Amino acid sequence: MSPFPEQAPSKLAAPGLGIGTSRWAYQVRALRFQYHPLNRGADNWVIDGLTCDVDAGEILGIVGPNGSGKTSLLKLLAKVLRPQVGDMALFGRDLGMMPQVEVARTVAFVPQESPQVFSFTVMETVLMGRYPHHRGAKWSAGFGWESAEDVLIAEEAMQSTDLTDLAGRSVMDLSGGERQRCMIARALAQAPQVLLLDEPTAFLDIQHQIEICTIVRRLKEERGLTVVLVSHDLNLASQYCDRILMLKAGKLFRLGSPHEVIDADVLRAVYGCDVLIDCHPESGVPRVTMPSYISTKHDRDRL
Amino acid sequence: MAPLVVMSVSLLLICLQFGTQWIGVSQIIDILWQVLREGTVESDRIGTTGVILTQVRLPRVLLGFLVGACLASIGVVLQALLRNPLADPYVLGVSSGAALGVALAILLGAGTTVVTFSVLPLCGFAGGLLSLAVVYRMAVSYGRLPIHALLLAGVILNAIFSAMIMFVTSIMEPNRSVGTMTWLMGTLTAPSYPALVVLACYLLGGLFLLLKQARRLNVLTLGEESARSLGIDTEHVKRLVYVLSALITGAVVSVSGMIGFVGMVIPHAVRFLLGADHRLLLPASACIGGMYLVIADTLARTLLAPTEIPVGIVTALAGGPFFIYLLVWRKDRFA
Repeated sequence: MSPFPEQAPSKLAAPGLGIGTSRWAYQVRALRFQYHPLNRGADNWVIDGLTCDVDAGEILGIVGPNGSGKTSLLKLLAKVLRPQVGDMALFGRDLGMMPQVEVARTVAFVPQESPQVFSFTVMETVLMGRYPHHRGAKWSAGFGWESAEDVLIAEEAMQSTDLTDLAGRSVMDLSGGERQRCMIARALAQAPQVLLLDEPTAFLDIQHQIEICTIVRRLKEERGLTVVLVSHDLNLASQYCDRILMLKAGKLFRLGSPHEVIDADVLRAVYGCDVLIDCHPESGVPRVTMPSYISTKHDRDRL
Repeated sequence: MAPLVVMSVSLLLICLQFGTQWIGVSQIIDILWQVLREGTVESDRIGTTGVILTQVRLPRVLLGFLVGACLASIGVVLQALLRNPLADPYVLGVSSGAALGVALAILLGAGTTVVTFSVLPLCGFAGGLLSLAVVYRMAVSYGRLPIHALLLAGVILNAIFSAMIMFVTSIMEPNRSVGTMTWLMGTLTAPSYPALVVLACYLLGGLFLLLKQARRLNVLTLGEESARSLGIDTEHVKRLVYVLSALITGAVVSVSGMIGFVGMVIPHAVRFLLGADHRLLLPASACIGGMYLVIADTLARTLLAPTEIPVGIVTALAGGPFFIYLLVWRKDRFA
């Protein structure tokens, strides 16, 4: 029996094309995952019985303490890791049954850091995103040069990430923000419907953080992209995400709008510390502030 | 690519001139044309000069080109897979693993029989694959391959294998051990034509299979998880490329011994000139690696003529300082 009865996949849909009609980008059911399944006896599930849906066209932020399984969940969604238990559907199709290359035509994954050891140009790097769309004769499958269409799509991806001027530069000479944009452009070149970002703003200064977040919002609005991003920054999640998924020790703690999730009680239960929460002066979404040294000292003295 | 092929051919012609007896380019072309036209290499038809050219120099130069091309290509693919621009079959101990396999085979008597040409590369392959696996297991930590761990693993493995090779050589019969020592230092000796043809088919086939992976290698440099998310079966590609590298290294080492640093110097230079795209880098490195080794071998057999220097010494003397330069002054690039 299908775990997704309301979303029986159409048998007539052409592979890789008949996607996009589903209300949900992802449906995740009772997902369990651990890194060393052969380590018997050890009950170290990184993701432990997670059930959630990701709406098509939303920006979902995954937050939680260190080691709560955020990145693992993202990699499971990208099918870079395989779960031991549970089901996942991508636009109504069983993710476990989809060939990796078909997943890659729908889902683009940007890891937290990518090694930059060789002096590929920005253009070459972005063009690598066209790999899953390449269909060549068998004997030249590994070699085929990109078509004019590929170049066009790559140029478009670079345009939406403001990289056009840097096309000929070596990725090794880029700054942190430019590098992150380059990786996002590489992901966009995949022409995906879902974009998975792991800590897209880590190690970036405030200007580049805003820049990346603005690009992500714009992509959602212009292309109708579904974005799932992992972040440590609760304020960023609150400000830029439609919904937030709070993980605690591999389990879903709360999923909902920023108002529902960024809450003093929730944060105390998950992170084990008190924070101040007020409203963002412009948008009114919740804003998290660290308690001042004086107030924590005051608490300590009182105890 | 076309200019590179033209350059390679003209370089081969130029290098054919040098030797104990000078043979001019026009004479070389005359002789080669005659050989091609008549399909014979009999000495009474083409004279002593012809014999020297076709029986001694030409096979040796062709073998040098082939070996150089293979070493450079393996350097390129290992660097891509390990995401480490210092990888080289010699530095990582793959060559010494292969050499150990070959030395063992010689010790056990394979060198004297007809099966030499089929058994030695196989033993080299086994040794090379073993050392690749060991280096990888030693260096990998949490799915990453830190550069220092990798180099250290290569150093340790090289030390162990060298000791074992010396032991094997020391218990050989004296006359055979001298030959083994010369071979170990990296020497090109003129093979017979049938042997050269077999070797060429084998190596060029391997290179072609590597070349087919070029685009996937590009994507793999983004990291394994990115590559997998782009729809590449990373484990399959890695296994295939490692096995091919070990196969090619095994064959190369069994005919030419330990010729070091070609696989590091050449990919660096080519990347600097032509960029990092493996679809261009791989064939260009093969051509330039071939030319490099032919030049090194020409130096090796002419500098102290009539004595020959093992070509491995020439490449090591040229490549070692380059390695130091990369490690000391450019380490910020791949720390």
